[in-house]
Amino acid sequence: MIRIAVMSGKGGTGKTTAVASMAWYSDSLVLADCDVDAANLALTANGRPRTKDDYLGAYTASIDPQLCTECGKCEDNCHFEAITDLKVNAIHCEGCGACRLVCPTGAVSMSLKKSGEIFVLDTAHGPMVYADLFPGESNSGKLVTIVRRLAEDLAKSDGMDIVLIDGPPGTGCPAIASVTGVDLILAITEPSLSGEHDLMRLIELARHFSIPICVAINKWDLHPGMSEEIEESCRRQGVITVGRVPYDPNVMGSIKAMRPLPSMFPESPAALEFHRIWKELRSRSKERVGSGLSLEFD
Amino acid sequence: MIVAVASGKGGTGKTSVACALALALDRPLTFIDCDVEGANAHLFLRPLMTFNEEVLIPYPFVDLSSCDLCGKCVEECHFGAMLRLGKKVKVMQNLCHGCGVCRLVCPKRAVSMTGRAVGTIHKGVAGIMRFFCGELMTGEALSVPIIKRLKKEMDDLVIIDCPPGTSCPAVESVEGSDFALLVTEPTPFGVHDLEGMITVCRRLEVPCGVVINRSFGDDLDVESLCAAEGVPVLLKIPFDRKVAEAYAKGGTLLEVMPDLEEQLDEMFLEIRGLRR
Repeated sequence: MIRIAVMSGKGGTGKTTAVASMAWYSDSLVLADCDVDAANLALTANGRPRTKDDYLGAYTASIDPQLCTECGKCEDNCHFEAITDLKVNAIHCEGCGACRLVCPTGAVSMSLKKSGEIFVLDTAHGPMVYADLFPGESNSGKLVTIVRRLAEDLAKSDGMDIVLIDGPPGTGCPAIASVTGVDLILAITEPSLSGEHDLMRLIELARHFSIPICVAINKWDLHPGMSEEIEESCRRQGVITVGRVPYDPNVMGSIKAMRPLPSMFPESPAALEFHRIWKELRSRSKERVGSGLSLEFD
Repeated sequence: MIVAVASGKGGTGKTSVACALALALDRPLTFIDCDVEGANAHLFLRPLMTFNEEVLIPYPFVDLSSCDLCGKCVEECHFGAMLRLGKKVKVMQNLCHGCGVCRLVCPKRAVSMTGRAVGTIHKGVAGIMRFFCGELMTGEALSVPIIKRLKKEMDDLVIIDCPPGTSCPAVESVEGSDFALLVTEPTPFGVHDLEGMITVCRRLEVPCGVVINRSFGDDLDVESLCAAEGVPVLLKIPFDRKVAEAYAKGGTLLEVMPDLEEQLDEMFLEIRGLRR
């Protein structure tokens, strides 16, 4: 099984469009939407629901006012500023349980709460796992890990050879959970200083965890000079650019219609480039299986 | 007056709007870039950086000479960050949240809390603005402590450029603001993620209003969501390929659309009336 994560650093560079388009050209993969704060891949899928589960995220403390003697020990020992005036702020509470440990009267209890939902859909190209973390909830990294585990289990049981991950923006907790142990990162960037800046942070992250990474520049022709600069920066880092996707108004049309780009505009320039990138990733992954060596992208 | 510029979905134009607003107001203010996983505002405001500071979180140190390997810390750690390996107890750096439970439960007092750097904050000036941004260290997972540190730099007038998403980093950035300006794009993705962000603002009791960026004029889905939620649409910024071209090289919205300056000024007056 090959695990490919589509990431970006900067948000809004076209990760979901890329994943939905590449998946269109395949019929034996499992899709995992790991952007659990803002899961949009399922909007393009038109899939049939298979299962739905509750995500019991983190423990939250609560204080029983009947037993509380207002000693203030819980407040003093909370490292997250989650207790003020002997009340627990559920948004700040990380569920560590320090307050329960220090409470002399046993007034603090910890309970698990439902903080999201995990879904499996059947699509024409294979199953899709995605999750909805309720707004304002924490522990997104843990939910990402669950989504990935479920996707990998499905790949085994359904006999699929690829898990394709639609990742979150950033380089923090959910991003790290999305890339840990994958075989390849495809970074989608855009020709701008921000795109480049955040791409370099992502490349550093990939280095840090020793994960092969390659790059595709989306809307490259919006600023060919900047695209050239980004490719040069990547080259200096030993990272290859596997694709240049042109700016294509059909992309906006397909997003508004909530359908994968190639299903509506199979001959559009962006769709053709996503197809080419996908074939390249696939052939590189096959080489890996054949030789038993790690992907040589750098 | 603290204005948080947030979005839910990434890449909708938070940084562009936050920078344009700060420049349009043209008065002394504090600009805080809270997107510590991908800080970009400095590329547009080009501040002169004057000061760096490391952000530390509490981190356990296990004195193995007093540890009798009872395993209490391993049992009680809610984050799975303590591991017993042979005759040692090891802290898994990436899982530790610095809560201090290991120290509290250790019967031998073998655990003490030290500090560990997870990132840096940078301080500077951009014209008449004070400028702050933060940077999460590569491979570190916890952005919230850096955001918390940045938010200690409060002032009479503050513009906060928030990270995307609707979980802890976004919540931490928006919390305590007088108003949240939610930047969205008129697509089903934008609408879906805007809805989550409106819920966050409601939970935090922060009033909010919407800026529709890259508008093609026909933004019915966003407008009907806003009407249903009772959230005002404050400004529409039309789609213009020239914006993307200027943005690529660090140009601001105001350079391409000078008329926006007055509109942002007016919007700010409107926000003053809507704030908490």
